[in-house]
Amino acid sequence: MAAITEPQLGPNLEEPAGWRRTKNRMATVLMVVSFVLVIIPLVFVLYTVVVKGIKIISWSFLTSGPIPPNVAPADVGGIGPAVLGTIEIVALATAMAVPLGVLGAIYLNEYGGKGVLARLIGFFSDVMTGVPSIVMGLFIFSIWVLHFQFSGFAGALALGCLMLPVVIRSTDEMLKLVPNPLREGSYALGASKARVTVTVVLPAAIGGIVSGALLAIARAAGETAPLLFTILTVTTANPNPFSGPNTSLPSQIFANATSPYVGAQDRAWGTALTLIVIAFVLMIAARIITARFSRFSR
Amino acid sequence: MSTLTQQAGPATAGPAHPLRQRRPLGDRTFQIVALACGLLVLVILVLIAFSTTQQASSWFKTEGWAIFTNDWNPAANKFGALAFIYGTAITAAIAVIMAVPVSVGIALLLTEVVPYRWARPIVYVIDLLAVVPSVVWGLWGILVFAPWIANIYKSIASGVAGIPVLDNLFGAPTSGASFFTAGIILAFMITPIVTSLSREVIATVPAIDKEGAYALGATRLEMITGAVWPHSKGGITGAVLLGLGRAMGETIAAALVIGSSATITSHLFAPGDSMPAVIANQFGEASGVFRAALIGLGVLLFAFTIIINIIARLIVGRSAEQGTA
Repeated sequence: MAAITEPQLGPNLEEPAGWRRTKNRMATVLMVVSFVLVIIPLVFVLYTVVVKGIKIISWSFLTSGPIPPNVAPADVGGIGPAVLGTIEIVALATAMAVPLGVLGAIYLNEYGGKGVLARLIGFFSDVMTGVPSIVMGLFIFSIWVLHFQFSGFAGALALGCLMLPVVIRSTDEMLKLVPNPLREGSYALGASKARVTVTVVLPAAIGGIVSGALLAIARAAGETAPLLFTILTVTTANPNPFSGPNTSLPSQIFANATSPYVGAQDRAWGTALTLIVIAFVLMIAARIITARFSRFSR
Repeated sequence: MSTLTQQAGPATAGPAHPLRQRRPLGDRTFQIVALACGLLVLVILVLIAFSTTQQASSWFKTEGWAIFTNDWNPAANKFGALAFIYGTAITAAIAVIMAVPVSVGIALLLTEVVPYRWARPIVYVIDLLAVVPSVVWGLWGILVFAPWIANIYKSIASGVAGIPVLDNLFGAPTSGASFFTAGIILAFMITPIVTSLSREVIATVPAIDKEGAYALGATRLEMITGAVWPHSKGGITGAVLLGLGRAMGETIAAALVIGSSATITSHLFAPGDSMPAVIANQFGEASGVFRAALIGLGVLLFAFTIIINIIARLIVGRSAEQGTA
């Protein structure tokens, strides 16, 4: 602690007092400016997506299919197959990543403690959150698609790999907040460790765990790169995620974004608005759950 | 913490431990299942390295060290990837240079300036930035932002014409889809993570250091440079590295706005290409060594980002421990 507290803090008497105050004001203004610099692109993006997307979106746009070719204007057909594909893929990814991630976090927090293995797993969960999403796509392509062809399930595997460390980390944070006396009280009543974890610790942390999972889902729903080589972006609906190529909202935007046709671009904006609304709804749901169901917070 | 050591410590309760031997089967099964899920992280990381390297082996074998040459011509079976490595480095550097001062500024604003009830909404707004999907940034970037900023590039380019270094960086040729546009979009995308990590680091500065600085009559700026900065510069370095890792691996937005041209040039306003972007754009038509080369780019990307992330996490972790110690 001693090494870090050598600030030259005595006021420099040669410096006019007014200058010190001015410098301080300038620093504060710069901080506010940096916030404004972030607001501008955010507002700009959201404004563009909403204004261009709202004209396109209708019930039939969201549900009908197949997705028309790029030359067709936006009022022909719809993105129903992509909506269906995204729901299938994200639901499967969630069904895989959330239980495994929660169990992993239980190991880290309830069993591993401060042991070497638990710290190693925790460390590499953090590192894994930094693995580029396109690498996950290539990974699933190499171990799954090459042997079992393109399918929604392959996409779900890739998204699941991205979600897993995020779920582990957010659940771990929540489990850490559960006070130890709760656990000790249950042990005193003779409960086994598994029973304490499932019936006392998890219910106490459920609000935070669910909201962490929702945020992970919101991020996964918008991912394109891992899906490019796993689902193969088709234009027809495929209700079976386990066989045959599929499609999703973000892959449709990617396919349409570089098209010179106005109809394709319009469809991309409508799809982008759909995707952003989904992500925001999930995020707001996570906030509400955190606010209402979290019994222990930082 | 006593519960955490319970199953490991034989000396927790009484002699001979009849209870420990009768730990129910279900309890042990649950522990093993939980351990397996934890180990899954390590297994997946090892599998990623192994399976992608295996698929890319024909690229590494046929090209050897030529993978680091600037000669990418799939039609002629030439797969030197230097242009993409260069593009990744340049765009990530631009993104970090722009995002870091802004992120640290916001982090300081949140921790040292505004009251708590204002900090919450600001954090929500920054989080919104993180929720906008990559592909939406790319769509906006290529259809709205790039055409708009191309005009600015043109006026900058005519302004710096003839000035030695600036002309090489910002002179012609100009294009809306370029290294610089990709760098700006990536900067927007990494700002949330750099901000939130910097904020976490800055929040661990002991209140007593800050109060001491104020008690000596320091202004807020002097308190920040004297008490906050020495304490958190390590952690912020880690946050910056994590941002760099994100910027390097960001695919779809870069793929849409970078211009897709395998060139090495000092002109930042010229179209280029990056490792993730070329994988995303060319994988569809690739087979044989071409596909192996693209997967190999993924292997390189994985290696770079893993190394950066490990270093960054070690730095952030150490600085967090210092803060709580």
